[in-house]
Amino acid sequence: MRRVYLDHAAATPVRREVLEAMLPYFSERFGNPSAVYDLGSEIKEVLEEQRERVARLIGAQREEIVFTSSGAEANNLAIKGAALANLKKGRHLIVSAIEHHSVLNAARFLEKFHDFEVTFLPVAKDGLADPERLRKFMTPATTLVSIQHGSNEIGTIQNIRELAGLCREQGVLFHTDAVATVGQAPVDVQELQVDLLTLSGPALGAPKGVGGLYFRPKLRLVPQIHGGIQENGRRGGTENVPAIVGLGEAAALAREELAAKAGYLAGLRDLLVAGVQERVPQVVYTGHPRQRLPGHASFCVAGIEGEALLFMLSRQGIYANTGSACASKALKTSPVLGALGIAPDLAQGSVVFTFNTDNSEDDVNYVLNHLPPAVDRLRSFSPVWRKRTAAAAAG
Amino acid sequence: MYSDIVMDHFANPRNAGVIEDADGVGEVGNPVCGDMMTFYIKVKDNRLEDVKFQTFGCVAAIAVSSMVSEMAKGQNLEDAQKITNKSVAATLGGLPQNKMHCSNLGAEALALAIKSYQEKQRKTPSASAA
Repeated sequence: MRRVYLDHAAATPVRREVLEAMLPYFSERFGNPSAVYDLGSEIKEVLEEQRERVARLIGAQREEIVFTSSGAEANNLAIKGAALANLKKGRHLIVSAIEHHSVLNAARFLEKFHDFEVTFLPVAKDGLADPERLRKFMTPATTLVSIQHGSNEIGTIQNIRELAGLCREQGVLFHTDAVATVGQAPVDVQELQVDLLTLSGPALGAPKGVGGLYFRPKLRLVPQIHGGIQENGRRGGTENVPAIVGLGEAAALAREELAAKAGYLAGLRDLLVAGVQERVPQVVYTGHPRQRLPGHASFCVAGIEGEALLFMLSRQGIYANTGSACASKALKTSPVLGALGIAPDLAQGSVVFTFNTDNSEDDVNYVLNHLPPAVDRLRSFSPVWRKRTAAAAAG
Repeated sequence: MYSDIVMDHFANPRNAGVIEDADGVGEVGNPVCGDMMTFYIKVKDNRLEDVKFQTFGCVAAIAVSSMVSEMAKGQNLEDAQKITNKSVAATLGGLPQNKMHCSNLGAEALALAIKSYQEKQRKTPSASAA
């Protein structure tokens, strides 16, 4: 059976070039970068080269990057690390209502254990955060604002420069979680005027288990993993050298390919979106229709539940994602869809497709052939759909 | 994640549909919290002559509904009322722990359908099909 993998926001295959670059660092070049002898010091040099490659992808300097175990850890370090380093100024944070759980829950941790006050900034129906609204929520005690660059759930790309510019003008730190964007669309920390930015390896074709945080020079961060003075004291623990080499290689490749990649992904996405809207009635395209991640298409399908749809699709070799409550371990509908004002029963029908360059137009056509009958089948015995169509028929 | 029996009932649901002139209807859940099931029954000589369901929900919810309909069809009302959420889950080869409460509502929906039939009978005994 054909396999069409369209869940690249969840995991991507490690690229062959990346894997080959990593291999020597498992058994041959295994030294600890903190060791003083040559087996270690040359690995330290390799690490610094990777830092340079990652920095270049986002317009930063080598010394402004700290490697972490994941995007989630980088978000934790940004939120908790920066907030706890600025206690003297205040204990108020603002995070958007559509952040990744690693941002939302890091903020809630500060609320619960460090007496912080957290404001969850509402967003518009298209997912955009409004700078004027942000300004109104700021108080003299506000030390940090965190707003995701591109949403892995609804695809919306925020007007980060505007939001970050406002924060800089007000003397408030600004963090953006750019895990979904870096490698898909151009991201430049100078242009964006952000103080902190999170990126992650898997989004670039590097392995799971590696991420990075950009921080503006001289910005203070309280380490969240206490240990030795690795990463200039910002993160304890011996560096995951092979994975970091993978991240560096993936970042270098991403930089070369970025312009062509974004255009290609947007082409596939637009084909899918147009096809779904044409062939499946009563579907809502979630997030911003234009200002969005190039390889991201998200929908809410009325009258059905997302987990059931995913299983119907996977039986045809199509792999996608959903924000449905039934598919989450916590059995709660995605707070992101709720924040857009999408009704809970419609949010249950969430389905998300995320592309990569190994996808083709044939893949999109395959989905367009199999999605409508899968939806029809689930709707054929859905009491919600029956009520909906009966109400529509009654006018 | 799901047993082969669950996947089979999900992929080929038995008795999915609506009985327009049903003798009893039972509805549980709501789409806001997750799953919603509606059971329709046709009763003749104290037996479930026909059982159909409609379900909005996940793989587990659909498989549960299908299994309940299969277990209940042809049974007399007393035996059908003995079907429990637990026995349905067991017959399906088990369900993931987090699906036991929200998706495993089929037996309740069936019981409500039988109850609605019995209440109708009490109100209009002359219309009894039995």
